[in-house]
Formats: sequence, C-alpha cells, structure tokens
Amino acid sequence: MDLRFTPEEVAFRDEVRGFCREKIPAEIRRKVSEGRGLSKEDIVTSQRILNAKGWAVPHWPTEWGGRDWTTVQRYIYTEELFQAAVPLPQQFNCYMFGPVLATFGRQDQKARFLPRAANLDDWWCQGFSEPGAGSDLASLKTRAVRDGDHYVVDGQKTWTTLGQHADWIFCLVRTDFEAKKQRGISFLLIDMKTPGITVRPIITLEGRHEVNEVFFDAVRVPVENLVGEENKGWDYAKFLLANERTGIARIGLTKERIARIKRLAKEMPAGAGSMWDDRDFRARVAGVEVELKALEITQMRVAAKKGRADSVEPDPASSLLKIRGSQLQQAATELLLELAGPFALAAPVRGEGTPGLPNDLPGGFDWVDAAAPSYFNNRKVSIYGGSNEIQHNVIAKGILGL
Amino acid sequence: MDFDLNEDQSLLRDSIERLSADLYPSLEKRMAHAKAPLGFPEGNWAKFAELGIFGLPFSEEDGRFGGGPVETMLVMEAVGRHLVVEPVLPTLVLGATALRLGGSAAQRARYAPDVIAGTLRLTLAHTERQSRYDLFDVATAVRRTGEGYVLNGAKSVVPNADSAGMMVVSARLSGGRRDRAGIGLFLVPADAPGVSVSPYPTQDGGRAAEVAFTDVALPADSALGDPEGGLPLLERVIEHGIAALAAEAVGSMETLHRLTVEYLKTRTQFGTAIGGFQALQHRAVDMLIELEQARSMALYAAMMVETGDAQARAAALAAVKVRINTACRALGQEAVQLHGGIGMTMEYLGAHHFKRLAMIATQFGDTPHHLRTITDAEDGLLAA
Ligand SMILES: Cc1cc2nc3c(=O)[nH]c(=O)nc-3n(C[C@H](O)[C@H](O)[C@H](O)COP(=O)(O)OP(=O)(O)OC[C@H]3O[C@@H](n4cnc5c(N)ncnc54)[C@H](O)[C@@H]3O)c2cc1C
Repeated sequence: MDLRFTPEEVAFRDEVRGFCREKIPAEIRRKVSEGRGLSKEDIVTSQRILNAKGWAVPHWPTEWGGRDWTTVQRYIYTEELFQAAVPLPQQFNCYMFGPVLATFGRQDQKARFLPRAANLDDWWCQGFSEPGAGSDLASLKTRAVRDGDHYVVDGQKTWTTLGQHADWIFCLVRTDFEAKKQRGISFLLIDMKTPGITVRPIITLEGRHEVNEVFFDAVRVPVENLVGEENKGWDYAKFLLANERTGIARIGLTKERIARIKRLAKEMPAGAGSMWDDRDFRARVAGVEVELKALEITQMRVAAKKGRADSVEPDPASSLLKIRGSQLQQAATELLLELAGPFALAAPVRGEGTPGLPNDLPGGFDWVDAAAPSYFNNRKVSIYGGSNEIQHNVIAKGILGL
Repeated sequence: MDFDLNEDQSLLRDSIERLSADLYPSLEKRMAHAKAPLGFPEGNWAKFAELGIFGLPFSEEDGRFGGGPVETMLVMEAVGRHLVVEPVLPTLVLGATALRLGGSAAQRARYAPDVIAGTLRLTLAHTERQSRYDLFDVATAVRRTGEGYVLNGAKSVVPNADSAGMMVVSARLSGGRRDRAGIGLFLVPADAPGVSVSPYPTQDGGRAAEVAFTDVALPADSALGDPEGGLPLLERVIEHGIAALAAEAVGSMETLHRLTVEYLKTRTQFGTAIGGFQALQHRAVDMLIELEQARSMALYAAMMVETGDAQARAAALAAVKVRINTACRALGQEAVQLHGGIGMTMEYLGAHHFKRLAMIATQFGDTPHHLRTITDAEDGLLAA
C-alpha cells in the first residue's frame, strides 16, 4: 500500500502541469476559473493545443491518437487539467462519441470521424434525452424508419448541450417498434446540416445558452451512418455511460475552486480584516476539503480496482463518485456565494460586467457578479449524467442487491 | 395564543393577494414588468398605492391606516407568492420604518403623504464595500457645516436606488470605521447634486445600484433622530427588513412547494408518476417541514419585531433569519432537483422562485452572521 506517486508519476504530473500553465492561454483559463461561459473558439483553441501535443484523447486506442497511459497517469492528467482551469477536451467528442466509435464503429467510419473529432474539426453533441425520456431514457420515441439506403428520422431531442455549435449529433433512435423498450434502439450519426433539423435554444436559469431542443422532421440519414448493429444501440449507450465516468467526480475542478476561494477570501474584507481571518468560514472550507480528500482516495481505489478504464459494464462504484463529487462541486459554489456576501445580488449588464462595482480590492470585485450564476448553474451537476436519485438506485441495486 | 387574522387583516390579505395575482398572471408578464426602465411599470406602483398599502407603516396622525407587523407580513407574503418586482420592501419596510421610528413629526408630515400616495419611493443605503453585514461598519462620512451637513462616501447594492426619490443613508459623523457610536441616518434626495447612481439588475429579477456621494450638501433637518446615535434606529430598520423578508420567503416557498408537488403528480417516467417513488415523496415532505418551520419563524418575527426589549428582539430576529435562510436554501435546491432538467430553465417559474430564495438568504445577514449574533448572546437564544 502506498498512496504516494512514484518519481515517474511525479515527473509526469509536473510535465502536464507545466504544459497547461504555459501553453493554454491565460484568458481562457481565467474564464474557466471564474465560471464564466466559454466561446466555441475558446474550447476549440484549447483542444487543438492539447491535440497537437497528443493529449486531447489519451484514453482512446493508440491507433487513433490514444496514449498507453496507466490509470494513474490518466487520473493525474485529468486532475491537472482541472486544477489549471484548462477546459477539458470537448466531452461529447472525446469521452462519449470517440470511445463508442473506436469500439463499435466500422473502420471507414473511424477513419472518417475520429481524427476530426480529436482535433475538434467536427463538434459533436449528444442526442439522448427527450421531453418524455429523461431518467427513463429507454422510453425514447424519436423514430428512424428505413427507406432504401436511408433512415427517415422524426422526433425531438432535448437538453442538447452546446448543440448550437454542433456539426454532428449522435442520437439514440427507435428502429424496432415492437421490441421491448431497450431492444429496439439504434445509435445513429446525423449531420446537423441535414434538411429537416431545427435547433431551438433553451436558456438556463442563470441566463446562458447552454442547452437546446433539436427537432427532426423527416430527416434523411444515410444507412452507413449507423454505428454497429441495428437495435443494439442500448448496449453502446451503456458503454458510453460507463466511459462518462472518466473524471466524473471532478475532484480537480473542486480543488481549483477551493484554491480560488481561499485566494479571494484573503482579499475580501470582513470585520476588521478579511474573510480568511474568520475561523468559522475557514472551518467550512476545511469541511469541504476533508470530504474532497476522502473522495480523492475513493476515486483512486475505484480506478485501481479497474485497471483498464474502458470495460463495457458501468461500475456501480462510479455512481458513488458521481453523487459525492457533484455534491462537492455544488458545495464549492455555495462557499463562493457566501464569500460574495451582499454583493452576490449584483448581476452584470449584458456582456459588460456590473457598472459601478468597487474596484479597490487587489483582485477587484469583478468576480462577485459571477458567484450566483455559478451557484445556480451548478445545480445541474446533480441532475445530468444520470441524476443523483438514479445513481442511488444504481448503488442500491448493483452493490447492495436491494 | 391566537394565530388568527382579524377582519381587517383578512380583507387586506385578500385584496393584496387579488391585486398581485392580477398583475402577475404569468412568468412572461413578470419578465415584461422587470424590463420596464425602472425595473417595474409605474402603473403597477400606483395600483399598490391605491390599495393603501403604503399607508400601513404610518399612524393615523400621519394620514393613514396604522398597520403593524402582521399587516406588513400579509403584504410581503403576497409579494413572495407572486414574485412581485415592484420595490415594495425598500419603500414600505425600510424607508418608511426609518421615517416612522426616527423621523420627527415635521419630517413625517413632510414625506409620509407622498409615500402613502405612491408619489415618493424610498430606499435604504447602508451596505458598504467592506461592511458585509455589520451595520456599524460605516466609512461614509458626514461633516457639519453652518447650514447642515456635507456627505461623502459610497454605498453598495442599494436596493432599487434608481427608482427611489429619497434614500435613507447611514453615515458617520464621528469615531472610527467600526465604532458603534457616531453614526446617523440621513434623508438624501436622489437628485441632490453630488449623488451618482450606477444601477444594475439583480440576480433575482430586481434592481440595485452602487451609489456615490461627493460633497452632497444636506440641510440640518435631514438627520433622522440623533445624528451620532443612529445605530439603534438602523438596527430596528433592518429587523423590520428581516421580518418582511421572512414573510416574502414564506410566500415564495409556498408557491415553489406547490409547483413541485404538482410536478411530482404529473411527470411520468418508468410508466408512473414520479411522485410514486418513495424516495421523492420523502423529499417533498422534508420540503414541507422546512416551509412550516419557516412559517412559524415569520410569525415569530411579526410578534417580536415591535418588542421593547432590544436584546431579546435582536436575538429573535437573528434566529428568524437563520431559519429562513436555511429553508430558502434547502427547499429551493430540492425543488430544482425534483424537477430535473425543467427546473434549470429560465422558462420555468419555479427556477425564478429558487433564485429569489437564494438571494433572500444573502440579504440583511447570512446564516453565519446571524448565528454569531445568537452565540454572542450570553445564554444563546432560548434563555432570552
Ligand atoms: C444542463 C443540462 C445539460 C444536459 N445535457 C444533455 C445532453 O447534452 N444530452 C442529453 O441527451 N441529455 C442532456 N441532459 C439531460 C439529462 O440527462 C436529464 O436532465 C436527466 O437524465 C434527468 O432527466 P429529466 O430532466 O427528464 O428529469 P426526470 O427524469 O423527469 O426526473 C425528475 C426527478 O425525478 C427523479 N427520478 C426519476 N426517476 C426516478 C426513480 N426511479 N427513482 C427516484 N427518483 C427518480 C429524478 O432524479 C429527478 O429528481 C442535460 C440536462 C441538463 C440539466
């Protein structure tokens, strides 16, 4: 038993750390750190820098740009990206679509799509959820009917994250209407420019355009865009969800948030000194840090048990990481909200920050108007990727046998 | 013990409920109201004034009603239930309480009629960049001159300063920044030379502003009461603010809890209403417990806020705010969670209640601030 990194692992960590801080533009990292929205360009820029280094898709097969890293290296890499506030490689391309296609796709599909996905030449989005199919994903209704060498797709997807940027959408569609729920589903790749597709924005509660509704009206999709076998889509979706757990606890992200909160607390006036002089506040920060430490070790235990990070069945233990990890992400946004105090109320005027806020702190007061939006927006982390209630169900069934 | 409303109070509750429901039939309507230049349509303000609510704080000799904390509570519950964006609290509760408790007969006679008629809106400017929730932490300074005073300094997050005709401003005549003595409350017309207002929207659909004062000349009769002993008055104003926020929070939580329970009954997944899952039923029940505990404390606030014993009053209102903050956080977050993705959207009314509740928890003292007040009292709360 040894929780310490080996000298090689430490060297690897330092390499990743140095690269992130030197090569990824500081302005992009600042936006990530402050929880402000990133433009498509920011995300593309950052990913291309990583890809040029061979680090955009390290967990893919080496044939398609992956690195033969150990689980520990993968862990270090993800955590370092988070801690340097580097945007993670576009998640739908790199953690969902890529691994599915690499595992179940045809060779010609891989050659066509994977390099472009790794370099973010194509932006992929995820078309799983529907208005009537959220937690109960298998009840999805979007239909694909065979017509010659095309499928004709009709229906609606929703909550499609950053669909407004997307060139392609990978969809779960129903291809067999008689079969049992899970059996009649296929995994289809659809060009967003195909006639009959309409994207309508959904504005989330903090005011950002992050998700969309996507409507399909007699959309013709070449049969060659089917992944794997017809009616086997549910298996691929399960594989995808298992992969989604890469860094699912986002410990590095929360660590970065906590480090920033400590920095800001030293600048934020309170009483005769700063918020950092307030022992009660520090105790609350410490409380989150304690949980975070424990989760970090839990995550390493889960990772060590796996060895290989891309087995087909989701490990119920990753549900535990998702639950506690999302709670801690949210706890950090609550601490930031507390830090902003009475200033949390201030909202920026479209694109220009909040007028008149005092600017006489070393770091300025300009972060305060992003504290509440970040708190609001982070309520999503216990809802998406399988809600925390569903994760409880998974553990109850999968680990406890209830 | 009597928790029942008398006849006048029932009438007031019904009429304010009817008006608020009329003005706020939908979320779209609320968004439209909030887009008006002042953050609300002036016509709405006139309708609240016609109902007579701005006379509530004043006694009959000042021209009206003579309502007490229970009446204010009824108004604020409706404000919360319907997410009213008109700045009822800054005028009806903050400004008017300062005027009622601190103003001389002459000052009240001069301003109360306009407030009652709906032609003068008030607000309170007390937060400073460094003060957090400490009311005595005041750097804004007044100096005496031959004719009166000169005011210099800045206030932060002043509620609805851009639609107020008059601000009540805390300022220091003597002593150091964190001395309890030496502070006064001053009436400052918003259009006085040297007052500059930088307005912005707030996270919950309202308005606030940074306000700077540069050599603002004030007449001698602009001080409310003792210009160097004004802290107790300011504390009382904030206690009334807490009582009002508690009622608003209860109104808002009532609506949000109702929306959530309705959603549990109508949303189906896995072939059944999600309200059929016991895991969710229990969560909805815990939300109800939060709401009822909060309601009790809103009533407690109304009963305690006029009590003569300053120490007991301060501890009571601190306790109220702690409980309300806790409920706002717990009930609001659970409501979003139980709605799933829908709860995360700007188009959903419940999300706006969640945001307002989250912001209520940051106003007039967060939980750590008020817990400190209680723990600083020698024997805690229950001995008081
Ligand atoms: C910001 C955001 C981004 C998203 N991005 C995407 C995306 O890019 N692509 C995509 O396909 N989807 C996306 N989603 C959708 C997300 O996966 C769903 O919101 C999620 O699966 C929950 O479904 P729902 O919203 O329909 O809620 P529902 O399933 O209706 O759930 C409502 C409530 O009921 C609870 N519940 C449901 N079933 C049970 C049960 N059996 N036992 C106990 N409790 C239960 C839930 O936990 C929740 O609290 C996104 C969602 C959000 C909020």
